[in-house]
Amino acid sequence: MATTVTPEAVEKTVYEALPQFGVEESEISRDATFEELDVDSLDLAELSQIIEDEYGVQLKGDDVGKIKTVGDAIDLVVSRAG
Amino acid sequence: MNREIVVTGVGAVTPLGVGSRTLYERWRAGVSGIHDGVGAATEFDPTEHLTVKQVRRSDRFSQFAMVASDEALQEAGWKDEVPYDVDRVATLIGTGIGGIGTLEANHKLLLEKGPKAVSPLSIPLLMGNAASAAVSMRHGLRGQSFATLSACAAGAHAIGTAARMIQTGDADAVVTGGSEAALTPLATAAFAALDALSDQGISRPFDAKRDGFVMGEGAAVLVLEDGERARARGANILARLAGYGASSDAYHLTAPEKDGGGAIEAMKAALKDADYGPQDIVYVNAHGTSTPLNDRAETIAIKQVLGDGVPVSSLKSAIGHLLGAAGAVEAVATILAMRDRIAPPTLNYETPDEGLDLDYVPNEARTLDINGKPAVALSNAFGFGGHNAVLCLEVA
Repeated sequence: MATTVTPEAVEKTVYEALPQFGVEESEISRDATFEELDVDSLDLAELSQIIEDEYGVQLKGDDVGKIKTVGDAIDLVVSRAG
Repeated sequence: MNREIVVTGVGAVTPLGVGSRTLYERWRAGVSGIHDGVGAATEFDPTEHLTVKQVRRSDRFSQFAMVASDEALQEAGWKDEVPYDVDRVATLIGTGIGGIGTLEANHKLLLEKGPKAVSPLSIPLLMGNAASAAVSMRHGLRGQSFATLSACAAGAHAIGTAARMIQTGDADAVVTGGSEAALTPLATAAFAALDALSDQGISRPFDAKRDGFVMGEGAAVLVLEDGERARARGANILARLAGYGASSDAYHLTAPEKDGGGAIEAMKAALKDADYGPQDIVYVNAHGTSTPLNDRAETIAIKQVLGDGVPVSSLKSAIGHLLGAAGAVEAVATILAMRDRIAPPTLNYETPDEGLDLDYVPNEARTLDINGKPAVALSNAFGFGGHNAVLCLEVA
């Protein structure tokens, strides 16, 4: 049931999830930091849940702490899946 | 009360609309916010007042409280800058149940999709102190904050406790009130199972045909300040919280004592705290739920403490029972009514009940003829568990 993990697919999932948290779509890019986007630990907990539901990849504790940018999150999910 | 407590701002979200004046003016005009047997805050759209993130981060009961607090702080002149050391401004918002809508939605997810589907926001949204936390964060108030949880007395308990915080010197000002958003399937079914709700879907307090309460939702928030400091900063003073009294029935989980019980003690304590006698009270905003038991016991209590000459009416006739928000919403409506020297009406009152023979101000508002005296009123709130909280409000 998990979707095949490709960088494009994960990027699409993340880009679609962030506006639900109140992020302006125009501000989303791989280089944007979550801090700039006002995405905090609670938002990342929700994002992790969406990713796990979609790809079966768990992001927990230390993982989330290392993520600074949108690109970091996408790369981490792709590498975990691999 | 030794230190004078004043109210400098009020705000409300109720089934009669968004805003404290809307609430009072519509009630005074006899408008009902109850439709199809429910008092829903249908004019409230959270996205008109809050950002996407704020809406997502809050249960409906916290949203009501935030919006009511914006109005109260605006009126108090606090909008641009809080005129106190924020470390000495407390936040105290009562609720009967808390975020039960969030609880139910996530319980459904748990049952249907499993534990991994439960939102990480569940607990921070449903916790009973969430509204207090949201209001404190929204305005940067860094004094103590927590919730009072005493069923349908929670809003009045919050306001009374807030006054004590100022009197003991723990705070210079408090943003306080009550909030509730329990028009959910579980809460509705549970109150119905208790046979507490009106089968007719009509709130008719003190009427012989009353058959239970109608559920409502909303919030009210008041800004309380130390009178001396408020006057020193030139604040516009809406009212004094002249007294507060609270008690417990220690009798039954849901039923009031038939002879008035703890309600009598709470009313007497509020009078004593205000240093007023029964003859000084010009109006009582009753708890008046429209249940057979409450309205009879409350009538007995009012007669015992104040006699049978004082006008008594129930806001619940117009908006239903807002549970933990009720005491705060009713305090706000009472303050605005006393400013106009008006006793607002008990709606849907048609048939007098035997023994319930007070002046319930049936169906039409009335001007209070008090000859230039201050308008001093009691606002009653009683909750399941036998909790009683009474506020004595005075408008010069």
